[in-house]
Amino acid sequence: MRLRRDVFQAIADPTRRAILLLLTSQTLTAGAIAANFDTARPTVSKHLQILTECELLQQKQNGREIYYQLNPQKIREIADFIEPFRKFWDDRFNKLEDVMKKYKSDKK
Amino acid sequence: MEPKTKVHAEDDKQELLITREFDLPVDLLFKAYVEPELVEQWMGTKVLQLENKRHGSYPFETSDAQGNVVFRANGVMHELKPNEKITRTFEIENSPFTVQLEFLQFEKLSDDTSKLIMHIVFKSVAMRNQLLQMPFAQGINMAHNRLQEIVSQLK
Repeated sequence: MRLRRDVFQAIADPTRRAILLLLTSQTLTAGAIAANFDTARPTVSKHLQILTECELLQQKQNGREIYYQLNPQKIREIADFIEPFRKFWDDRFNKLEDVMKKYKSDKK
Repeated sequence: MEPKTKVHAEDDKQELLITREFDLPVDLLFKAYVEPELVEQWMGTKVLQLENKRHGSYPFETSDAQGNVVFRANGVMHELKPNEKITRTFEIENSPFTVQLEFLQFEKLSDDTSKLIMHIVFKSVAMRNQLLQMPFAQGINMAHNRLQEIVSQLK
């Protein structure tokens, strides 16, 4: 079975968002990440797996340990996902401004 | 430079906030929302009716060059306070989106500038996210292309 996970599904879970937040300033091993949560270790592992599958996290081997770090490119994708919607309203409001400026000068 | 239009969509909330500052006095900004011929110009759609009163209705319709209706939307006004606020519903017909509730707040910043705060409440978080995501942008592009066609036919 091929898993189809997207980033939005990944960030829909509060624990996974907390993991991402934790990794904004540091790289950590799975054990160190799990230590921050009351959740059982296998549950945290599952979250890490999901975040890695959708490429929000990257694994980095350092000696015997595997460290997790954020994938900045993928993180940017989430930040940009409302951009087309914002652009749409921006264009529409620019139009409104133009229409009303013209309306104003016509009235004069 | 900070973008003039900002969209604020918090995780796990079925609402979003769109804010925009205009180089327009607040009365002109408000007028752009209540005069049908002005709404038509900036929304790019035909305004069939615009009843600016409590429980007044406002159906919109856009047709292609052949006269086929490609977009229909409607809503009901709940509260209008000139140069201050409009509370209304809005619904795009024949779409997966259900009706949404809109709180429009108009603010005077100076004699020549104003601010609009548009607070939209959706039926569910999923519905909001669906609207925010990509198919929306595509749909809008299609609508724009159709409008372009209409406009070029008029020339």
